Amino acid sequence: MTRRQRRLILIGGSLGVLAIAAALVLSALRQSIVFFNSPTDVVQEHVGAGKRVRLGGLVKPGSVKKGDDLRIEFAVTDGNSDITVNYQGIVPDLFREGQGVVVEGVIQPGGGFKADSVLAKHDERYMPREVADALKKAGRWQEGEGTTK
Amino acid sequence: MIPELGHYALVLALALALVQSIAPIIGARKNDPALMRLASSTAPMQFAFTAFSFAALTACYVLSDFSVANVYQNSHSLMPLIYKFTSTWGNHEGSMLLWVFILSLYGALVALFGANLPAALKANVLAVQSWIASAFYLFILLTSNPFLRLANAPFEGQDLNPILQDVGLAIHPPLLYLGYVGFSIAFSFAVAALIEGRIDAAWARWVRPWTLSAWMALTVGIAMGSYWAYYELGWGGWWFWDPVENASLMPWLAGTALLHSAVVMEKRNALKVWTILLAILAFSLSLIGTFLVRSGVLTSVHTFANDPARGIFILGILILFIGGSLMIFAWRAPLLKQGGLFAPISREGALVFNNLFLVSACATVFIGTLYPLALEALTDEKISVGAPFFNLTFGPLFTPLLLAMPFGPLLAWKRGDLLGAAQRLMVAAALAVVGIAVVYVAEGGHDLTLAPFGIGLALYVMTGAVIDLAERTGLFRLPMRVVRSRANGLPRSAWGTALAHLGIGVTLLGIVCETHWGAERIVALKPSQTVSIHHYELTFDGVIPREGPNYRELAARFSVRHGGVFVGTMEPSKRTYGSRGTTTTEAALMTRGVSQLYLSLGEPNADGSVAVRLYHKPLVLLIWLGAVVMMFGGALSLTDRRLRVGAPQPPRKSPAAAMPVAAK
Repeated sequence: MTRRQRRLILIGGSLGVLAIAAALVLSALRQSIVFFNSPTDVVQEHVGAGKRVRLGGLVKPGSVKKGDDLRIEFAVTDGNSDITVNYQGIVPDLFREGQGVVVEGVIQPGGGFKADSVLAKHDERYMPREVADALKKAGRWQEGEGTTK
Repeated sequence: MIPELGHYALVLALALALVQSIAPIIGARKNDPALMRLASSTAPMQFAFTAFSFAALTACYVLSDFSVANVYQNSHSLMPLIYKFTSTWGNHEGSMLLWVFILSLYGALVALFGANLPAALKANVLAVQSWIASAFYLFILLTSNPFLRLANAPFEGQDLNPILQDVGLAIHPPLLYLGYVGFSIAFSFAVAALIEGRIDAAWARWVRPWTLSAWMALTVGIAMGSYWAYYELGWGGWWFWDPVENASLMPWLAGTALLHSAVVMEKRNALKVWTILLAILAFSLSLIGTFLVRSGVLTSVHTFANDPARGIFILGILILFIGGSLMIFAWRAPLLKQGGLFAPISREGALVFNNLFLVSACATVFIGTLYPLALEALTDEKISVGAPFFNLTFGPLFTPLLLAMPFGPLLAWKRGDLLGAAQRLMVAAALAVVGIAVVYVAEGGHDLTLAPFGIGLALYVMTGAVIDLAERTGLFRLPMRVVRSRANGLPRSAWGTALAHLGIGVTLLGIVCETHWGAERIVALKPSQTVSIHHYELTFDGVIPREGPNYRELAARFSVRHGGVFVGTMEPSKRTYGSRGTTTTEAALMTRGVSQLYLSLGEPNADGSVAVRLYHKPLVLLIWLGAVVMMFGGALSLTDRRLRVGAPQPPRKSPAAAMPVAAK
């Protein structure tokens, strides 16, 4: 085998692997990206039922209802719109009324939201950034608030 | 007084680092031995000053000196001593101090143990190392000074984030930093080689021990972080493809590729330019990791504070070092001589294959981690790229890598015998097929993908690693006496390779078993009610309130029975930390062999019941034990004779070095 042929095999092989990797990345991105929305986005843009989204906002005070079998219902609000979320399972330690929350799940045909994961903040000092941005957009958040440091 | 001294020591370290950044390079250019030797004394002194500075901050924490702002914000006088100690780096400023402490430690080690390095190379390496150190000293002194005082010292601190009050904090960050920062040595060697415009096989041999130690620390550091997240967060997951986790995985992938390509360079004098590039990439990814974690672009438990000035400063460091080193690479790399040739089917070919797939996998993680950030910066659209993306890209790229892995050590250098290697791997393949068949039948034949294939692959990888050793020692073919003497004669790096590859198989086995056969139950229980999972019955005995040093906790006691026989109790709890008003979930773990029962508590309900989350995790410990096995493989390889004895002199001596000998 000549030097040229060996080099061709090497370069061809490398390009092949890179092409496979690129194809995997593109197809995976198409399948598995989840968009982040605020409750207002969902209401105004009529995000279709059956679509998977992340929804962020505050847990509306007075909206948390606990049911049997660890079912829980609460409203996520950005001050302008509310979305009712249903979840079955254990909510995180920092899940509280009036606090920031990010839920991931599917929008239901009736306008409700069925969550399969509920994330609260890691630490009481910070607001999830997505939530802070959603609240800022809704005009319900002042710069510097909550970030004490 | 202590904080001021610590601060001052850091300033002195910076001054030394600035001298060390310039003088040795001039020395190497002008061939002035005195200037070149300067670095060998400044590097240990730099280390002494940063060590003093780090000790000073630790002292402030241990003595609970709340007049220091950093201590006030992250400590509490009632905290147990070990957490006072570890909270030194449980915050942004302190963790950056740990970063430079380890950086200067590596610099000092190169200065002290690099006696066999050519003077010019050593001078250049230490100078480049000092560029990095200067940048980070400046970063700490200008934006993240841990020694700032408060005008009025408060009586009590604000306590450490409760999630961090765990022994995990004592182990995970130092190990991870030893790994991250350790790649700086490979980076400095690469840039030094580019400055000199000369590189040879001996270079690879000098870099190898440093890369290997960094890789070992990073391997266990990542595993430790994963185990910590597993038991502390209470969700039972051990890897979330969180950007912060990816930030540590990317340097690991690049570092693993670097270890393998450096072997080709050392043995065959080939792949030189590529190895240099990988050394630059591995450390660049470490820097990117530091940026992601420390700048506040991501919100996670690792992000301690959001100060835009810091983010921009680190971004500046990032651009300077990555951009600068790539520019030097583009300019100087063409000067490096190309090395030997090899056939595609050969040990070298196998290692190139390894590099291709590792780097591609690394690239997909890179895209998945940074794409959402880039998209948000450019279009304001927020997306999340989660586990499905990584499973779909990382999995398919790692499978061929693992399939090819046992072939590598069985192929000869230059021109290998693929058929021969395949024949020798027949046992591994047969075992894999048996594994696949057994799992397929046991599963009732309805699952043809993950479980049977995963188990088969894990068995194949593990057996493949053992076959390599059996082949080399002649096990089962030759008399025991010969086998023993052959085993003694085998280089330790061969044992190391086999052990590290075995570790990959062990981790894979753990991952497959845990993901496929793990069981989860979420129920609300009242006292004396029982829940069962995988032959275990857990009875809820009741709740016990307890007082800790700086928290109150509500523990729930469960009696565990296996097939009716009492095997122990589990006590998960909810802790409330008064000073921050936060609650944490402390999961209870029961280890049975290498499997675990995992129990964590939810909120108590109004009717007296408690929500519990119960998992049975079969063979879960193998995931982390595999990483420990990999680390031991690395350690064995590190003690290899060729690394202890030191590298031979490069074939072409420089005229300056050769002359005095000739004169004698």
